[in-house]
Formats: sequence, C-alpha cells, structure tokens
Amino acid sequence: MNQPLHSVVCIKQVPDSAQIRVHPVTNTIMRQGVPTIINPYDLFALEEALRLRDRFGGKVTVLCMGPMTAEDSLRKALTFGADRAVLLSDRYFAGSDTLATSYALSMALLQIAREFGAPDIIFTGKQTIDGDTAQVGPGIAKRLGYNQLTYISKIRDLDPDGGALVVERRAEGGTQVLQTKLPVLITMLEGSNEMRRGSIETALAAARAQVTIWNAAAVGIEDLTRCGLRGSPTIVKKVFAPGARSEKAAMIGAEATPEASAHAVIDAIFGRMPAIEAQLFETAAQAAY
Amino acid sequence: MSEMQAQEPQFDAIVVGAGPSGNAAAYVMASEGLNVLQIERGEYSGSKNVQGAILYADALEKIIPDFREDAPLERHVIEQRMWTMDDRSHTGVHYRSDDFNEEKPNRYTILRAQFDKWFNARVRAAGATVLFETTVTELVRDLSGKVIGVRTDRGGNPIMAPVVVLAEGVNGLVGQRSGLREEVKPGTVALALKEMHFLPREVIEARFNLSGNEGVVIEAMGTITKGMTGTGFLYTNEESISVGIGCIVDDFVEGGETPYGLLESFKNHPSIKPLLAGSEIKEYAAHLIPEGGYRAIPQLYGDGWLVVGDAGQFVNAVHREGSNLAMTTGRIAAETVVMLTRKREAMSRANLAIFAKRLEETFVMKDLKKYKGIPGLLHGGKAQFFGTYPRLISQAMQTWFRVDGVDKKSKEGAILRSFREARGWRGMMGDAFRLVRAWR
Repeated sequence: MNQPLHSVVCIKQVPDSAQIRVHPVTNTIMRQGVPTIINPYDLFALEEALRLRDRFGGKVTVLCMGPMTAEDSLRKALTFGADRAVLLSDRYFAGSDTLATSYALSMALLQIAREFGAPDIIFTGKQTIDGDTAQVGPGIAKRLGYNQLTYISKIRDLDPDGGALVVERRAEGGTQVLQTKLPVLITMLEGSNEMRRGSIETALAAARAQVTIWNAAAVGIEDLTRCGLRGSPTIVKKVFAPGARSEKAAMIGAEATPEASAHAVIDAIFGRMPAIEAQLFETAAQAAY
Repeated sequence: MSEMQAQEPQFDAIVVGAGPSGNAAAYVMASEGLNVLQIERGEYSGSKNVQGAILYADALEKIIPDFREDAPLERHVIEQRMWTMDDRSHTGVHYRSDDFNEEKPNRYTILRAQFDKWFNARVRAAGATVLFETTVTELVRDLSGKVIGVRTDRGGNPIMAPVVVLAEGVNGLVGQRSGLREEVKPGTVALALKEMHFLPREVIEARFNLSGNEGVVIEAMGTITKGMTGTGFLYTNEESISVGIGCIVDDFVEGGETPYGLLESFKNHPSIKPLLAGSEIKEYAAHLIPEGGYRAIPQLYGDGWLVVGDAGQFVNAVHREGSNLAMTTGRIAAETVVMLTRKREAMSRANLAIFAKRLEETFVMKDLKKYKGIPGLLHGGKAQFFGTYPRLISQAMQTWFRVDGVDKKSKEGAILRSFREARGWRGMMGDAFRLVRAWR
C-alpha cells in the first residue's frame, strides 16, 4: 500500500447503563443526570485500530455523531491514543434512527476521506448498549460500498501492500476465518482486546487538542429530510416496563442421600422444562453411537 | 519523593484535584492568564465527590459572579429545620422566611456530580488544561527540597511547574506520602453516608410545603447516632431527597455500629420515614469529612506548594460548612500565586506564607478559630450531648404538652427533677460552662 494506513473508528456516547433509571410514572429512560460513557463495544474497535497503527503505522481518526457534549467522549478517545477526533453535530440530526444515522455518518466519512484521506478500515463496535440494533455499521458499509465484516473477534493478519486482511469472526457453532480486501468495515466483538492507557504525553496532548466539529452542511448534506426525525422511518409504538416475573424460586429440601437430592433438583428442572430433558436425551443418544 | 535537577517548567501552576477547592483555584489562576494544569483521578470532576449537598452562594459568587445563569442548582433553601431527636420524637427549631425567596438566593441544594462537572467546564473554558483519570503519585523536588512538579500514574517524564496547589481532598495521599502532613486521624474525621431518594417534584412540594424551586434543609442530632459524635441530615432536591448521617470514625470503631445500620435506622425514625415514603433509592454514597477543626489544620504551605480545601481540614462541622471554605481557600491560594507570578517572585515558603496570612483575615480562619474547642468538647461529652440531653428534652416536651390532669407546677417540678437526676446540677453547669466557653 502506498498510502499510510488510515483507520476511522465510529464511536457513540451512550448513557451509562449501570446508572440508568426508568421514570416510575412515564416509563421513559431518565437521561438527565445520568453519566455518559463511550459505548463499551466501541472501545474494542478503537483499541484494535490503535494496535494496527502500532504494527503498520498510519493514523487513527475517531468519529462521533451526537450533541456537543459528545466532545468529552471524543477527547477521551484521544487520551487513549487516537490521532484526531471529529464530532458530527447538528440539531437536524436529533431523533435519528439507524437509517438516518448511517446516512449522516457515511456523509461524514466521505468528508473525512476528502480532508484526511480515504479510510482503509472503518471500525465500529458490534452494537450500542442503548439501541442494541447492530445496524449502523452495516448501514455505513452498504452506503460506502465497503466490504463488511461483522462480529469480528480477532484481526489475524494484514498485508498493507497487497491490501489483504484475515480476520476471525464469531459465528454460531464456531469461528470463521475470513479473508477480504481493503477497504473494509469491521464491527468488533467485546472481549477481543483490552483498552490501553495513554501515556502522560498523550493525555496532555489530548487535553489540549482541537476536536473538529462539523454540522450537516460541512459534510455536504443538502437534503435535510434524510436526517433526524424526518429521515427516520422507525416509529416507537409503545414503551413499557416488563412485568415482574411470576415464577418464584423454589426450595428443595435436603433428601436422605446426595443422589436423592440430585434427583430432586433434576426432577424440578425437567418438570418445568421438558425441552431441556428431550435435548439431553438426544445428545446422550448421539454420544452413545 | 524523587529529586530532580531543575527543568524548564511547562506550566505556571499545577492543581491536584478537581473538587470545589481545586476548581476554584484552577479557575481563578486560569482566568488571570496563568498556564494551569489540573489533574483529577476521577473520570470527570464530581465523579469521586460526595456531599449533602448545600451550596453557599457567597463563596462561589466571589469567583463566578454570574454562576446562577447556568450552574445546575436544585432548590434554593427557604426553610431550615434544626432537630434534636430521641428514638421516637424530634424537638425542632424551624426558621422559614420569604426573605430567602430573593433575586440572588443565599443557599442552594445541589447534586455534586452535576455541579462539579459544570464548575470544571468553566475551568476549562477559562483556559486551564485538565487531565482526568490521572492520579498524581508524588511530588518532584529539586536538590534544595523545593517542589518543582509532579509525577503521575501514567508514567513518563514528570510535569514541571513552580508551584503545586494540593486540592486532593480529605485523605490527602500525595501530601501525606510526600511528608507534608500526617495521616488523617480517625478521631478527626467523620464517615458520612448518604442516599438519594427519587420522588416526583409534586410530592416533594406537597410534603414540605414548597412551591417552585423552594427547598428545605433538616439538620438533626441526638440518639440517632447511638451515642456517637455526629449528625444526620435531609435535603430536598428538585426531584429527589438526599438523606444521610455521619459520625466520627473513632466512635464507629469503638461502638461497633455499622454505618449502613445507622443510616437504615435514621431512615426508619418515625420523624423521617414519612418524609421518604414512596421514594426510590437512586444512589448510595459514603465519604470522609475532616471534622477536627482548627486544631487539626496541617502546615498549609512550603517551598513550591500550597494546601486547600478538605486536604487542609477546612470544614466548619458546627455550621455544616465545607464547600464554601474549600472554594474560598482555593481562591485565596490562587490569588496568592497570581500575585507572585505577576511580580516574578519565587514560590518560596516565605512568599507563600501570604496565603495563610490572608486566610487569617477571612471567615474561614476566624470561624474555625472560634469553634476550635467544639470538636473536642462534643467528642468528650458525647454521652450527654448525643444521648442524655436529647432524651431529657423530649421527655420535658412530652410532659409539658400532654394534658393529663397533672397541674402545671408539678409538671415543671418533674421536668427539673428529671434533668437534675440525669446529669446533676454540677454536671449541667459544667456542660453549659464548657459549651459557652467553646462557642465564644
């Protein structure tokens, strides 16, 4: 590859789910006063991008769409070691669903390509913890015509000159090893790496860095009806809190022998969930062959 | 502590900590044009901080006069309730005045996580560089022993500045490790616990007779601390109630009460329980409060360093004031540094003594001096002050108000007898004498 490797990591600022409360009257999430964090899955994506930079050089850009307060999350990403940060912020983006979000982000990515060079790899987390859709990453890949690799657990190898990338992807029942060509969009799985701690020099530079802030016009969005609430066909029909579980924990008394106690536990489980019993018998029968 | 040859300083001043004292110091220095670095171990300013919390406007007004325009304030306090409690009752003095509904109210309830974040945003807007999630591990000194910078847990080279303002809070680990002061003593710090209870705004307003952003403060003492030196409180926020209790750490150790058990029984006191009815716990927190008063204040300055806020034990336990003392000491430390920087004078022990001298002229030192005997008196007489007297007062009130066919003269006699038998005239005279002397 002639150009140095350019990775862009898309991050989202989300409410810290550990500290969210549901309003007892309206059943809506009380965002006010809830601390915000970088979507935890995005951190695995960021660390992976930084590791590629460690090995092959190049730059890591972080991109975030959100309110102006999301600048805190971007600055934090810089503290971890990202080279530059871009905040996409405009009141017209408020209320975006995944369709409108992936549109706005892909427009910002095109602007990043124009100003800082085309991204070779775009990273996202596998999903966000507030929306849980896992749709934005694939949406960006589709719009930009990038190959997409979702649920990636490991980047095995990259040949920056040939542009070939080998990754491990978690799939049902096993791990797929996939090879593809750059440019590519990768959504990273949790637990795939551990975020580093930036050095004091990195932290100082991050504290003083200028975050690039773009609005809709700055990334070339002319049709505002594709943004925010107007550009979002998703309709939230109803918000409700699930009712309390009716099943109660049952006490199983101590039987005469350990075997008898074990049988009592098994009977209690199979009695309620015959499907598990059937599956167990099936597995046992297969193992017998 | 590491010794270093002098290097080029990168900043005019380094502030360790982003609580009220650190934010005040960093804000004042940065707005006066100094190149300031502030280092905070928490994820953001306010993430590690716990307080009731009451904001006293005056101290902040002297730093950010227009703070009311955008600071996250909960309610302004229009009513103060002072309660002495026994196990089943409270006897109260309430003061409520419409005068507190003024254009620039004097006291507010706040949520520290939000308030500190706001304050720190102002610090950054004023031009200071702020590092989060970074812990200062040690002070760096030159060969003469002068503090010339700090090292952090991020490793790398030390960061250099001619003066370090230690606003690191009650534990003061950096100062302690660097031998600037002793470890905090369990007899001079209180452990306070607090819960935030969510309640709809309308419920709070109805329950406490409030409208709009009016708020109520309850401060309580008595048998609620089970014979230990301490107080309880309940503050109304916009859509929540802060309730808490704190006692001197020594007393917890001695008596074997668990802090959470104490808070649990305070919440279940018949005078408190109905105020919390139907609420949902949002948050649980605990923190140390320096309550040793004037006599516990450590050395406040030296070659290249200053101490402000809780790290300097600046809390007036009698009046439940702390954050205002923190902001004021932070501001005066900053003004001292600004003045010396402008005059191009050294940040020497002799020059920084101006900080302590100026503090003497403020309410901070005057109040702490006035009450210097109180912490010792209350701690020494905790059996009377937190047990005997609250019980006697409650009994006296009940005898007085209960209409049961006993004539008033006999009632008066019974009340006087109960006091005499419980404490003796000599004991009461002694308590009164000591209290008056300590108060003056």
